[in-house]
Amino acid sequence: MSTVTGVRRGRLGESAARPDGVPKVRGQFAFSSDLFSEGMLWGHLVRSPHPSATIRGVDVSEALRIPGVRAVLTADDVPGRKTYGLDYPDQPVFAWDVVRYMGEPVAGVAADHPETARRGAAAIVVDYVPTEPVTDSEAAADAAPIHPLGNVLYRQKIRRGDPDAKGAVVVEGRYETGMQDQAFMGPESGLAIPAEDGGVDLYIATQWLHVDQEQIAACLALPLTKVRLHLAGVGGAFGAREDMSMQVQICLLALRTGRPVKMTYSREESFFGHVHRHPAVMFYRHHADSEGQLVKVEARLILDGGAYLSSSTAVTMNAAVFAGGPYRIPNAVVEAVAVRTNNPPCGAMRGFGAVQSCFAYEAQMDKLAGALGLDPVELRLRNAIKPGDSLITGQVLRGAAPVAEVIRTCAAAPLPAGGPATAAEIGLPGGAGRAADRDRVRRGVGFAVGFKNLMYSGGFDDSSTARCRLEDGVATITCAAVEVGQGFVTLAQQITRDVLGVDDVILAPPGTVDIASAGSTSASRQTWMSGGAVQAACLAVRDRLLANVSSRYGVPREALELVEGRVVSLDRQIDLPISEAAQGEVLEETVTFSHPPTAELDANGQGDAHVSFAFAAHRAVVDVDLELGLVRVIEIATSQDVGRVLNPVQLVGQVEGGIAQGVGLAVMEELILDHGRVRNPSFTDYIIPTALDMPPVRIAALIEEPEPGAPMGAKGVGEPPTISSTAAVVAAIRAATGLELPRAPVRPQDIALAGATPTPQSRPIDAEVSS
Amino acid sequence: MSELIDYQLQVNGLGHDVVEAWLGESLLYVLRERLGLPGSKNACEQGECGSCSVLMDGKLVCSCMVLAAGAVGADIVTVEGLAAGEHELSDIQAAFLAEGAVQCGFCTPGLVVSVHDLLEHNPDPTELEVREAISGNLCRCTGYGRILAAVRAAQEARQG
Repeated sequence: MSTVTGVRRGRLGESAARPDGVPKVRGQFAFSSDLFSEGMLWGHLVRSPHPSATIRGVDVSEALRIPGVRAVLTADDVPGRKTYGLDYPDQPVFAWDVVRYMGEPVAGVAADHPETARRGAAAIVVDYVPTEPVTDSEAAADAAPIHPLGNVLYRQKIRRGDPDAKGAVVVEGRYETGMQDQAFMGPESGLAIPAEDGGVDLYIATQWLHVDQEQIAACLALPLTKVRLHLAGVGGAFGAREDMSMQVQICLLALRTGRPVKMTYSREESFFGHVHRHPAVMFYRHHADSEGQLVKVEARLILDGGAYLSSSTAVTMNAAVFAGGPYRIPNAVVEAVAVRTNNPPCGAMRGFGAVQSCFAYEAQMDKLAGALGLDPVELRLRNAIKPGDSLITGQVLRGAAPVAEVIRTCAAAPLPAGGPATAAEIGLPGGAGRAADRDRVRRGVGFAVGFKNLMYSGGFDDSSTARCRLEDGVATITCAAVEVGQGFVTLAQQITRDVLGVDDVILAPPGTVDIASAGSTSASRQTWMSGGAVQAACLAVRDRLLANVSSRYGVPREALELVEGRVVSLDRQIDLPISEAAQGEVLEETVTFSHPPTAELDANGQGDAHVSFAFAAHRAVVDVDLELGLVRVIEIATSQDVGRVLNPVQLVGQVEGGIAQGVGLAVMEELILDHGRVRNPSFTDYIIPTALDMPPVRIAALIEEPEPGAPMGAKGVGEPPTISSTAAVVAAIRAATGLELPRAPVRPQDIALAGATPTPQSRPIDAEVSS
Repeated sequence: MSELIDYQLQVNGLGHDVVEAWLGESLLYVLRERLGLPGSKNACEQGECGSCSVLMDGKLVCSCMVLAAGAVGADIVTVEGLAAGEHELSDIQAAFLAEGAVQCGFCTPGLVVSVHDLLEHNPDPTELEVREAISGNLCRCTGYGRILAAVRAAQEARQG
């Protein structure tokens, strides 16, 4: 059965179809791993099997003797800076002298066939002397430095109000979250093609073309103009493509061999080849008065940054800034520190920093409700932050902050019908394993609220540039904003149709060649930033068109409007389709859009560091087999603060997809480390939710309170679904089991062997982490 | 490499010559890199994620787990062979598009093939049966909600 291809167009507020949807369902969309170039070679990297070792030598002679191996490169072959990094270049392109994590690249090979490249890599002999790795994040700051820059990557302190304030009720706890992997489906891949000018064209899946370009050019010792990046199809990102993977290495191999070089990571390499979500150890103490009003939060958060800096600075800042949750708290003493260890590097993943502290502060809120004898939802409502209130950083909320509304609407959603007694066999905990016994299955309900900033922050004020070109009634948009699956391409078309009233909107391929940076596809920022840039560029084109018609017809500019693709005067004497109104002229405008400035936090962690915030609440219902420790998540209900719905179907997709990643962290996802060794780098052993694990999502409410200052009034919606969904699921498991469960993910043994599992030794909350 | 062989594969109704191919190449690799059919995707190469799903003699398989040289004589259908014509979509492809089941799209071809196989063998599955049938296809973007909606829409359209 077949239907004729047709794409549903739409304006803002409608469920317009993705412009890349048809090729994607047909298997014709070109992802980075689908690229091909005549005469191309295949690259492969040699990675350290040790989390910590010194390198005495690298012997590549055997590899070079293999027929079909065209080049072998090591650190000596990097012509420019030998390191790279998003914030600071501390990560080697190829390790020399020392390897600091398992999987760190040491050498690269290019060969005629991928199997030959693998054999070449296997023939390289690296003389390692393994050394004792530093892997305990709580001890790392005091351990011997594993890098010249030391073991403390970043420290963020927040002091607000009276540090000695006391409340009538005090609850405390130690919480942990594990190392989560973004596990995007499309593995890292790229194609580097050497150019006649001595430069290179790189086709790559990334989240930010221009920041890669700067780092690559520095390593290749080439001017920016000779390092040209072109976006290849991105198979998901979730933060893992903020840092570079093989970008520099394949450019080097292409320049060395004079031939195109393609590299595609296997899934195992992908687990080694990108950063992960920081595991966290979090000590918390909350003070409240007898009515349940929060008096003070004290928190000490230790984030394992792994071997290199990546985005640990921003992650740590976020963990600290959001450590109090979306609540009014007059007094705060918070310290977050990211430490360097010989574990895999950690960096950006959806909701970074905010996910970790939310897990802890929401567990604390439930503990507090228990201590006060209050309903957990009621306690949250009593403390919910609202416009005009301050965060623990002193920043006053000026925008939309419908926290009470998201809490109320989510909590009021009807509960799912049925229960373990009537569920289908496969719907019980354990699913297709059919291991659960109905008699020992208990249902639990848990609730959590979370929030996070939109856009970059703390004085890092970036921008996005977009160009609109209107020719013969067809608009072409050029913008380097990266589409990772979130649907920016759809929104860019919707915005253009909305402003210009044209039907046909062409999106030029994103690259670094003919447009300035759009900033990163992260921090829920592209709808606001690049959406704002596209809107501004379209408005500039509209204004020029109306000005042209105004002077041609001698009609005041104010008397003209662009309505549904026609230039119309208020008296209707002029009524021209756009294509006629332009009289063959091509109208083109390029506009750079910036958000209002943000400030760095001061020594006490005070300051207006953020542009905007988004909030969401989640209520989880779970069934738990108490004896086997198996959990089935039955339903997640949610309410989210979205500003304005621009594309209903895409928004639901972000909410459901974000919740799936939160559910994963709650009950199954963890990269397991043993003295720095990754034990489960595969989809066989690192488990992400399948269609059987993922429950239905009930969207109780999307709160549309337009955000002042946001183009179109819309907030980014990608991250909030991931932030409090983990906390809600674990709260539900606590409700079903009566266990404290201070760690995510909750493993079967945490439930089934609860009595037999020793509690981790806690250091007192106020012990300082030495620097 | 010395282990090179020639053979022919039958894909989407056409014979394809595979020349001087390394014996160890998977069906997925040959489809993608030798036959110009990159619709089947490479996401785990371990048979866990279903992104490379194809039909072999009407049976749903992970093409990453099939040795290409062992697929000689089999009738292979890939995502590229599901629609009736070059400018058409299958009903399931159209439903994926209409219901918003596509985000990054990397898992999409494998899911489309899986759902074709499911509805071929079970035209009226319950939601749990759908979930079980596609549980071998990992998706990291969607949380499966819109994918289930697409399957339901295609199923209802077929029922008339």
